[in-house]
This record gives sequence, structure tokens and C-alpha cells, in this order.
Amino acid sequence: MMDYQMIWFILITVLFTGFFFLEGFDYGVGMLAPFVSKREEDRGLILRTIGPVWDGNEVWMITAGGALFAAFPHVYATMFSTFYLALFLMLVALILRGVAFELRTKEKCPCWQKTWDAAIFIGSIVPAFLWGVAVTDLAAGLPISANMVYQGNFLDLLNLYSILGGLVFVLVFAYHGAAFLQLRLVDKGLLYRVQSLGKCAGECGAIAYVFYLLLTWENTDLLTRPAALGLFIATAVFFLASLYRFAKAPGKGSFILGALAVASVTIGFFTGMFPRLMVSSLNPDWSLTITNASSTEYTLSIMTVAALVLVPIVLVYQIWTYYIFRKRVTAGDVSHY
Amino acid sequence: MDALLLSRWQFAITTIYHFLFVPLTLGLTIWVALLETCYVRTQRPHWKEPCRQLVKFFGTLFLINFSLGVVTGIVQEFHFGMNWSEYSRFMGDIFGAPLALEALTAFFLESTFLGIWMFGWDKLSPKVHCLCAWLIAIGSNLSAFWILVANSFMQHPVGYVLQNGRAEMNDFLALVTNPYVVGEYSHALFSGITTAGVLVLVAAGWKYVHDKESKAVFQQVLTAGAIYLAVGVLGVMGSGHMHTQYMAEANPMKLASMEALWENANPAPFAVMAVIDQEHNQNACEIKIPALFSLMLYNKPEGEVKGINTVNAEMAAKYGNGDYRPDVFGLFWSFRIMVGCGGAILLIAFAVGALSHLNRLDKYPCLLKLLPLTLPLPFLANTAGWFIAEGGRQPWIVVGLQKTADAISPNLTGMEVFLTMAGFTLLYLLLIIAALYVAVRYIKNTSIPQNTHEGRDA
Repeated sequence: MMDYQMIWFILITVLFTGFFFLEGFDYGVGMLAPFVSKREEDRGLILRTIGPVWDGNEVWMITAGGALFAAFPHVYATMFSTFYLALFLMLVALILRGVAFELRTKEKCPCWQKTWDAAIFIGSIVPAFLWGVAVTDLAAGLPISANMVYQGNFLDLLNLYSILGGLVFVLVFAYHGAAFLQLRLVDKGLLYRVQSLGKCAGECGAIAYVFYLLLTWENTDLLTRPAALGLFIATAVFFLASLYRFAKAPGKGSFILGALAVASVTIGFFTGMFPRLMVSSLNPDWSLTITNASSTEYTLSIMTVAALVLVPIVLVYQIWTYYIFRKRVTAGDVSHY
Repeated sequence: MDALLLSRWQFAITTIYHFLFVPLTLGLTIWVALLETCYVRTQRPHWKEPCRQLVKFFGTLFLINFSLGVVTGIVQEFHFGMNWSEYSRFMGDIFGAPLALEALTAFFLESTFLGIWMFGWDKLSPKVHCLCAWLIAIGSNLSAFWILVANSFMQHPVGYVLQNGRAEMNDFLALVTNPYVVGEYSHALFSGITTAGVLVLVAAGWKYVHDKESKAVFQQVLTAGAIYLAVGVLGVMGSGHMHTQYMAEANPMKLASMEALWENANPAPFAVMAVIDQEHNQNACEIKIPALFSLMLYNKPEGEVKGINTVNAEMAAKYGNGDYRPDVFGLFWSFRIMVGCGGAILLIAFAVGALSHLNRLDKYPCLLKLLPLTLPLPFLANTAGWFIAEGGRQPWIVVGLQKTADAISPNLTGMEVFLTMAGFTLLYLLLIIAALYVAVRYIKNTSIPQNTHEGRDA
């Protein structure tokens, strides 16, 4: 039984790592687009870099949610009802973003395109920020009662620490998006602009991350675990190395190092949380863990087989997508729908 | 304000809205994939180019619809935890599995290959590109299958055991092969084909009448679309008939309520109309056709059908005193709206198909001019159908296991739910206006001329 719960804790970690890595640069591109250029053609070019893949990337988040539901239904129930209004805002943002990608090119009027560009910006920055807040709240602990019900309200989710968490996510994803764009664009002017924006986001992100670690030390027990502490420090090392290369000669190296930073911070978070998934600030015994929140062994065993068969297949065809669209995006690509 | 009532309204509004797009996705993916197969396989060179443009024409309409379907679907996935956390706790061991499988087998498939299909026209060979269209269609249908596995459990629970204060799965195979799934899935698939078929006829009819340049191409579309639509409607009728027969054993309360049949009857009559008096467990007046309901259920003009009052007494004996009747008025009339719309659509399919095939469309110009007015029919039928399915399960959220009132998240206030309900409703309203505007303009502005160089009779 314990084995299956472990497997699913690891699978949830994998799904969230995939989600933050893939949607991280998607959100970043969406956030950067309006700042890189005022020209509609340029924005079209920038958004075209994620056009074929963003929808598939978003499924990582949906699958992470579905996997939580199937493997740890109590976590799904408590987490989603706790973050009720926050999730509403996130859903509104994701709805606007999803529809905007489809509709923005369907009408030539500038005000139409500007409206949907704004929707993509909001739809990218709001989820990034809210995920930062949510992850921070999960670690810091929330007033969860003995029967796993949240006892606070929306405002209890927001404090200095969680807002800083949101900020770190926004800045790091913006940087991650800039590093991705460096691999996808050709136009020198745009590349230069992306680089200076990315440097700015990356530097602010690095500083914010230091403060974030300090507050994490103060507010949680995550850093008392050597493995988690190591991963959080590795994150800083990866990120600074990435930023250094990005400032000198952005390319594959800086993108991969940045991706490693995103992965190691996610894995570090779950390592620090283990075996908990939500911490109760009222009583440590009331925290939701992989034992008291899980599905039955029967359900977990079936889902394990399904996941171990299906996840590799998904990876194969998603990698194939990136292979098909491996060429840098030029103005010629945008004329197609 | 009551968080329970508002949550029910919110779920109803967002699901009905979501299901405006889902059947179109189900039906249009198959239609587009069929068109693209024609494009790849056609041996007549002058059809190659119009075929390709038709794929893009209906593909664009599909994409606009699909984007709305996807984003409103995420809302539904989050809803179970946000508003119905006690349901998710009680059912999670069973309900979570098909949802996760839906994401793993279907969402990844359709979203990834949709991206490739949209942007891969000149990066893939025509055959591989066409294969992507079919993979999207398979993904959409797998998605419908898994979510209906989950829904069927709520209507007719199987493969579970009650222990540790919740329902726990003990037979996954039983869950997947729940006979209820067969009825729900086939009905949803054919209603998707029907919905898409009506849209195809409306769009093609409009082009036929208003766009001289595209007339020849869209006459072919009208013939093919009418066949597609007829397949859909006949399928929807057949699967509905089969499912209703099965309901006599699986969900007698829903069945009796659809007919407003209060007392046991043998043979049972079919009420064409009835004035329903739910408070006094009777119909104030009704127009009946004798023995027809028994004939529909048992294929012979005899056989007992249980009345609402009998089933209610049985359920009270089993689950404790209480009112186990759904909204009989809503169910009774929803059924008639659904069936009425279906019948009307079948007539349209036959009329348009026959006239188009015989080249007589121009003799009856008003038929095509009135065609756009029929666009709401399939959507009305779909909504009415889901009202029967979900309204007919009340007061249960999972029939016999958990009541809707016990499923709500305990930490929600009425104000919070009111805010989100108003927010979703307003946002959805704006989006559908934008999407309709874009779709209508696209239909108007896109011409598909027939390639005349090689000659029409080649």
C-alpha cells in the first residue's frame, strides 16, 4: 500500500515538474509579448512560437489535477475548495488565454487584436502568480480542521510570504519564457529586446528567490531536510549559471540550466513536503498526507499501470511535436492559421 | 444566499454552456477527418483543391468551437473539488480514476495533435496530416467515453463497496462496462454527429444561397451533410430508444418521471401532454395514447411500468423517509422537447438531402433561407437531454449513495458562490458573442470556387 502511495507522490511530483517546466515558458512568453514589441506582426511572431504546443502543455496541469483526484481525493477536495476564489480567478484567466490564442487573428481591426493580446497577458501572469501563492500556502500551512475542511477565507491565503512566492513564480517564468524565445526567434531586434527583458526578470527573480528562501526558513520546516535544502540551493546555482550564460550568449545552455532550476525547485518543494501534501497550521496531525488522503490500494494499482503505460507514450508524441516545429519562427510561418 | 442552491445553479449553467461545444467537437472532428480523407484519397483532380479548402473551412469553425469547449471543460474538472468537495471525498476513489484516465488518454492526444494539425499543413505529408485529424477525433471520443463512465456511475453505481465512510472501487472492469455507459456514450456520439450535421447544413445552405461563386461546391456539401445528419439523427433515436428500455430496470424513477406516470400501469399509456400537479402526486389533466408507453419499452402493447408513487415508496423503505421524486414537470417536458427537436431535424435532413441530390434545391428557395432558424434545435435537444439525465437523478448526486445536499463544500459562503456564478455567466456570455461574431463573419467571407479548368464532368 505504502509503495503505491509513494509511486503516486512521485508521479504527482513528475506531473507538476512537467507542468511548471512547460507552462512556465508558455506563461513567460505570454507575459513578455506586449513588452517586446508594440507591432502586431511582432507579437504574432512571438505568440506563434508557442502556438502549436501551448494547448498540449496546459494538459500537464489538467492531468496533475486529475491525478490528485484519482490518487489523493482528499487533497483534491480540500485544496480546490480552500483556494475557491483564487481558482476562480485562475480559471477566468485561463479561459481568456485559451480563447484569445484562437480569436486574436480572426479580425484585422487593431483594437480587436489589442484586446486579445491583453487577455493573453492577463491569462499568463495571473495563473503564474496564483500558483506561486498556492504552493507557498501549501508549505506554510493553512487552517485545516481535523475533518480536512479549510477554516479560513480568501484573504487568509494572502500574506507577505505567499505574495512573494507569487512574485518569484512570475519573474522566474518570465525569464524562462525569454530563454525559450531565444531558441525560437530569428529577428535580431526582437532577440535583443527579449534578452534585455529576460535579464531584468532573471536578476529580479534571483533577488526575490533569496528573500523567498529566507522567509521559507522562517515560515516552514522544508529547509530542515537536507535533501530539500540541497535542491533549493542547487536551484540557485542552476539559475545563476543560466542567467550568467543568458547575459553573455543566450542559447540552449541557458535554457537547459533554467529548466533544471525550475525542476529542482519543484522537486525540492515536494521533497520538503513529504509525506505531506497540505500542511495544517492548526495541528500537525491534521495535515493531509499520502496515507490519510489517498485512494485505496486497488484504485492506485490500476492507475499505476495506466500511468506507467500512458505517460511514456504521451512523452513520445509531445517530443515529436517539438521536433516537427524545431525550426525558428519567421514571418513566413505566421500567415498560416 | 444559499451556497448549495447557488452551487447547483453554477454547475448547471457552466455544464450546459460547456455542452454547447462538446457535441459540436465530437461531430465536427469526425466530419473534418472524413473531408480530409476525401481530400487525400480523391482521384478527381478538380476536386482536390475545393476539398482542401472545405477542410480548412470546417476546420476553422471546429477550432473556434474547440477552444471554447476546452476552456469551459477545465472549469468542470475544477468544479468537483471547488464546490463539491464532500462529493469528491466520498467518490474520489472511483470518480477520480476515469477523470485522470481522460486526461492521460484523451486530453493529451487531442490537444497535442490539434497543435500539429493547425500548424503542420506544410510540415507533414498529406497522409500524416490526415492521420492527425483522425487522432483528434479519437481523442475527443475517448474523452467523452471516460467522462460518461464517471457520469454513468452517478446514475447507476456499479463495481463499488461502501467502507471507511466512502465508496471504494472494487471492480474497475464493472465500472467501465457499466451498461449505462453504452447508452450514454452512443447517445452522446450520435447527438454530436447530429449537432455538427445541422451546423454543416446551415453553413452550406447559407453559402449556397448567398455566395454564387461557392454554390457548386456547397451543393455537394449539402448532399453529403444531409447524409451525415441523417446517420446522426437515426443513431440518436436508436440509442435513445435502447437506453430508455434499459432505464426501466436501471432507473425506474427517472423513467416514470419522464412520462409523468404516477401509478403503476399495465399496459402503460403514453401522455402526449399533461398538466402536472407534483404536490398532489397526480396529473390534473392529460391526453393519453393507450398502451403506447408499454409498446415503446417492451416492444409489445403490454407490460407493467412502475409509477412514481410506487418507486418513491420503495425508495423510502430502502433509504428512510423522504421525498425521492425529481422535478416531474421539468423531466416530462424536457423529454418532449428533446424528441420533438429530433423529429424536426430528421425531416430537415431528408428534405435537404433529397432536394439536393435531385438538383431541385432552387425550386424551393425558402427551405434554404429558413434553414438558419433550425440551428438552435440540436442545442435545445442536447440541453433538454442533459436535464433529463441530471435532473432525473435528484435528490441524489449518486443514486442511492449520496444526496446532492450532502456533497457541497462546507467552507463555502453564499456570497463567494454568487460572485463566481455571476462572473462565469458574464464571461461566458461575452465569449459566445465574440465566437459567434467571428464564426459568422468567417462563413460569410470565405468563398470556395469549384475548379473549372479540368472540366466539371471529368
